[in-house]
Amino acid sequence: MSETDTRTTDETERARRPGRERGRDDGKFGRYGGQYVPEALMPAIEELTDAYERYVLGNEDGFMDEFRERLADFGGRPTPLQRADRLSERYDTDVFLKREDLVHGGAHKLNNALGQVLLAKYMGKERIVAETGAGQHGTATAMAAAHLDMPCEIYMGERDINRQRPNVFRMKLNGAEVNPVTAGRGTLKEAISETMRDWATTVENTHYVIGSIVGPHPFPVMVRDFQAVISEEAREQAIEKTGGLPTDVVACAGGGSNTMGAFADFVDDEAVALHAVEAGGSTLEVDEEAGVAPNSASLCAGDEGVLHGARTKLLQDSDGQIMESHSISSGLDYAGVGPELAYLVDEGRVSPVAVDDDAALEGFHRLSRTEGIIPALETAHAFGFLEEHHEELGERVVVNVSGRGDKDLDAAIEETDKRDIDEAPDMSMFTGGI
Amino acid sequence: MADPSAESAETGNSEAIAEAFADGPAYIPYLAVGDPDYDSSKAYVEALDRGGADVIELGLPFSEPIAEGSTIQGALVRALDAGMTPDRFFAFAEEVDVEAPLVCMTYYNLIYQYGSESGPRPFVERAAAAGIEGLVVPDLPAEEADPLREACDEFGLDLVFIVAPTTVGDRLDRIMSRVSGYVYVQARLGTTGARSDVSDQTTQSLDRLREYDVPKAVGFGISAGEHAERIVAGGADGIIVGSALVDIVAEGVENDLSTAEVADRLEALSRELKAGAERGYDARAETAESR
Repeated sequence: MSETDTRTTDETERARRPGRERGRDDGKFGRYGGQYVPEALMPAIEELTDAYERYVLGNEDGFMDEFRERLADFGGRPTPLQRADRLSERYDTDVFLKREDLVHGGAHKLNNALGQVLLAKYMGKERIVAETGAGQHGTATAMAAAHLDMPCEIYMGERDINRQRPNVFRMKLNGAEVNPVTAGRGTLKEAISETMRDWATTVENTHYVIGSIVGPHPFPVMVRDFQAVISEEAREQAIEKTGGLPTDVVACAGGGSNTMGAFADFVDDEAVALHAVEAGGSTLEVDEEAGVAPNSASLCAGDEGVLHGARTKLLQDSDGQIMESHSISSGLDYAGVGPELAYLVDEGRVSPVAVDDDAALEGFHRLSRTEGIIPALETAHAFGFLEEHHEELGERVVVNVSGRGDKDLDAAIEETDKRDIDEAPDMSMFTGGI
Repeated sequence: MADPSAESAETGNSEAIAEAFADGPAYIPYLAVGDPDYDSSKAYVEALDRGGADVIELGLPFSEPIAEGSTIQGALVRALDAGMTPDRFFAFAEEVDVEAPLVCMTYYNLIYQYGSESGPRPFVERAAAAGIEGLVVPDLPAEEADPLREACDEFGLDLVFIVAPTTVGDRLDRIMSRVSGYVYVQARLGTTGARSDVSDQTTQSLDRLREYDVPKAVGFGISAGEHAERIVAGGADGIIVGSALVDIVAEGVENDLSTAEVADRLEALSRELKAGAERGYDARAETAESR
């Protein structure tokens, strides 16, 4: 297939794209991945693997056709690949933005949530459960569940509920129940554990819509395949607009679903550099005594281990206890990362970079002021990277704008107030939130 | 029904665990080590032994215990907050004064990370040195278990697997070809936690397992002597009790009870459970004789 002839309408052929073969056979990415789950979940996982192979890879009953149609009509795809004129000028290179913030709901999360809720429907399941950190996956799942008329319960850490109240309200508006999780520090990893517990009790009629490329096989490959529409579009759009492939693709990385979505179809294009930007938090140093990593940079600073059903890179202490991670953006605040990204980093195919809270917040203000796009704080890390590393990049850079920042305004005001940022407006009149 | 005393224990590595099932039903209590603190926990485990434990499962707390319900999760959090670590756990196993063989229940990441060399071998070597006779790892499926199985064989430990009501066919064979010591029969779907009923799923699971020549211990939801009796009468070779005992420890914390008071309660419930299991065993033996 030549570079300019990548369009196909045949879904089964699309599923066989070369960049998407990894992990499909046995759920292994080198030594990462696997199915480290309680025995009670294994039959559900085997049933899901079977459904994934039939409906997603095999397009049985036209599943993928319906998925694409709903992504277009309900989700608003395709999203544009837009040239960022001011940033291009600033960095003296062509910067293109993949506008996932324009997907319905304001983030890439719907690509996966819609795919999985639809799959649950094809599987005959009657109920959806999901975890959420920042609330983006929870709101996307609640939207998809309402759209497809499925009862839905969302588990969310109590601390995240307090950080993301508007998203809690959005989920409830769409008819979902929101269950607070009080264990541990009350963030994403506790919410994932709690959702797995629910699923272990209800597997017979319930599907667990996991929010990222994490967890036991087949979740990492399935979520990647649903998100791969990002790179599939971006690759075609880049060729159409510029006559060639980009030199670099940049995406922020927490669990890694927008990252793998943005990278998937470029992995086999060896000339395209892939940059996974992690949340560097306040520092990459860890406090072993307190069990706290003041960052969420599991690719940059983590070690191999087993968490939430997969072997991957983790933030853990020397005993193997999982650390409490930190990031200014709750969507990146997770101690693990998808096993496929861990593998691609070890292989040298993906370069991991950490960007700290300060640089991310500056990126947030820069994109807002210069391009008229308020990014999610997660996404802002990619723009922090651009500022710090633009000299190392080639002449055509694609940045995945994974989500919009409306959900983060309270946090942005609070964090901006603590710092002296050139491009930030005077926020003092808003102290205490809006 | 097979004669319960004819159970073979030849499949196991640990003689002590085989003996626990040799003449009568095995009562297998579980507590989280270090809950709510090291010294109290030691007194509690010793109380289980006095109450008639045949094997004792010691929980080594992990920060993300995805297979546990809220009761045991709470115990693991209390133990972690009080400073429990794998090394302190092994010191505990060495110091605790009990006759029953000890089995360590924990999650794979702690086993995998222990020691300087990566992989499960250093953990198993240390566990063997501390007198641990077996391991239960709820998040380790049979497919990923070969390195741990090898290490257990090298150091003479048993590796116990959990089978769920939904475990059938090839999966069951795969698990049963790797299990030793005893198989942990999960009485119903879900996570751990005390319940008052005994599910039909238990009977069906025991029926499926009848052809396999390894002791069957039923756990999840057993909280009283009469449950123990019914389960053993229904064909179980042992009963595993966790949440009902952990509840006693939790009540002790909530109501600020003395260590001795909590230990007495643990011992009393243990006697009740053990007596129930023995009644069930006698009933089963009578049924077998009358045939």
